[in-house]
Amino acid sequence: MEIDYCAELEKDVRFTEGLKACLQCGICCAICPAAEFYNYDPRTIVTTVQQGDNHQIEELLKSETIWYCGQCMSCKTRCPRGNTPGFVIQALRKLSQQYGFFTQSEKGRQQYAIKKTVGENVLNKGYCVHPDLVAYDMHPEQGPIWDWVQQNKEAVYERLGANLNKEGVGALRKIHKKNLDELAAIFEVTGGSRLYEIIEEESEKQAQRMQLGFSKTADNEYFNHVYTYNSNTHFES
Amino acid sequence: MKPIDSETKHTWNVYQKDIANDNFYYARSCIRQNFFPASEHMFLHILRNVLGKHVYDDPNHTTCTGIGYHSDIVPFETIQTVVARHFSLMTEAGLENIAISCVTSFGIYTEILDTWHHFPEQLEQTREFLYKATKREFNLPKTIAHTSDIIYKFRHEIAEKSTYSLVNIETGNPLQAVEHIGCHYAKMFPNKGIGGAEFPQVLSGMIQAWGGNVVDYPERRHCCGFGFRNYLVQANRGYSISNTQKKLESMKPYNPDFILTNCPGCAMFIDKWQYTISEMEGKTYDAHGYGIPVLTYEELAGLVLGINPWDLGLQIHQIQSDRLLQKIGIPYDSTMKYTDSKGNALPKPNVPTYILQ
Ligand code: SF4
Ligand code: SF4
Repeated sequence: MEIDYCAELEKDVRFTEGLKACLQCGICCAICPAAEFYNYDPRTIVTTVQQGDNHQIEELLKSETIWYCGQCMSCKTRCPRGNTPGFVIQALRKLSQQYGFFTQSEKGRQQYAIKKTVGENVLNKGYCVHPDLVAYDMHPEQGPIWDWVQQNKEAVYERLGANLNKEGVGALRKIHKKNLDELAAIFEVTGGSRLYEIIEEESEKQAQRMQLGFSKTADNEYFNHVYTYNSNTHFES
Repeated sequence: MKPIDSETKHTWNVYQKDIANDNFYYARSCIRQNFFPASEHMFLHILRNVLGKHVYDDPNHTTCTGIGYHSDIVPFETIQTVVARHFSLMTEAGLENIAISCVTSFGIYTEILDTWHHFPEQLEQTREFLYKATKREFNLPKTIAHTSDIIYKFRHEIAEKSTYSLVNIETGNPLQAVEHIGCHYAKMFPNKGIGGAEFPQVLSGMIQAWGGNVVDYPERRHCCGFGFRNYLVQANRGYSISNTQKKLESMKPYNPDFILTNCPGCAMFIDKWQYTISEMEGKTYDAHGYGIPVLTYEELAGLVLGINPWDLGLQIHQIQSDRLLQKIGIPYDSTMKYTDSKGNALPKPNVPTYILQ
């Protein structure tokens, strides 16, 4: 049976909040940082969804387009109709992952890299970002000063009042197991764990289709591909 | 180019927001703990030891998962429940004012409270999820403030206790500052930010109270370019750097002495992308090749309060602040820049190709 994507979108409160009625003024495009550097136009997304053509929405879920938005939410401030294209994008990305369409686009496939880094960090360490995660070789843009912080981690964080990986209070303290267990239980009950599983399962299938190595750890060919590959077809000046 | 002092315009004087006077539950930021650990520490120091306020620093607090949520790997239901757990910890501590040090988290808390207001069934569902997962219950906070709101609220008290002001000691003129406010501070819910989304006063109010001048630049409200997935994935970082460059190009003609931000990501990106742009294009954004220092509001408050710049962590920015310290007349010991907590010298960092240190 064909999935009714409009009905699915309507279930997401961000969608109902994010789309009232678009008057096609284009203000969101004028201020959108993604529209400036990608082949992207939030107005077109809003129009497609508003028109409610199931086939076109499915095409959107498979497309590169929905993955360009940076979720800055500048569009929420400026839209004269009170729409938020950024919220609509969130609802579309949710469906794209739920139905496994995200692996059909280069930018969508990157969800695997984000799950493997930030996603696993949340449950393993209790932080989205942690000095152990922001390795200098994956983040050369952080410059020699970050290399220095990394090389002298214990001494530098202690000097600056943090409590890196230790018991007690303070910045970067070790998050106690009982708190990590509560986070894991929340993920289990609310669908967070299921989404992680979907990202893994669909990515593994895609790795097979692309004939790239895949494994449980992030140290695999598919990860390196989705994390670094850019076809340079996302912007035409 | 003549700086435009926008703050004298009527609109900039309008602000609204209920910020508690005391007794805060501290919700820490992942990005700040990584890149600005001293600012996280200084917020507590300034509130507790300079202003005499009570702030609870909770070892049980975790990430809000916000970076995951805005890169779409964490469902809305999940983050609502993680935030509910934080409210439960706050309730357990007997507190009702939450002080949130991350702009991404702040935006998320405001979005969730707004959602619960308009869709009470989401609140009920979250209560059920949290109870099922952890047996926890919670009260909603009475006030919610970003930590920059709190420093703003006490800016005049800080000025009264200050040792230095934001004036160039050589010329006697106020320092020229530009500010950048994190998008999620007020663009989603303008009534939750001081001055709203278009005329936010939160940072400019601090700069002015401490003697500086705020320069209006055309791309003042443009996003720094973090863009979540657009930085997290290496292949997408062109988006992030391009947006930061757009801002830097826009502020350069005004020769700012420093950039003040209230968002951990923005502070990090505007600092680090100056380095990357210099390596890619040989270009720097001040007249002398040092780049424009990017400060957090605790770092700026700390400087006017006379706190040692190396206790504030200015040495772990890629753009160094030595010239700014000289302009304000703050004495500093360069030999203590790269040391451990006991003053022992650590090996020095490598120097960038173009940015002078
Ligand atoms: S939230 Fe997305 S669509 Fe809206 S302005 Fe930001 S990048 Fe553009
Ligand atoms: S700003 Fe609002 S009304 Fe105008 S095109 Fe964008 S979504 Fe439609």
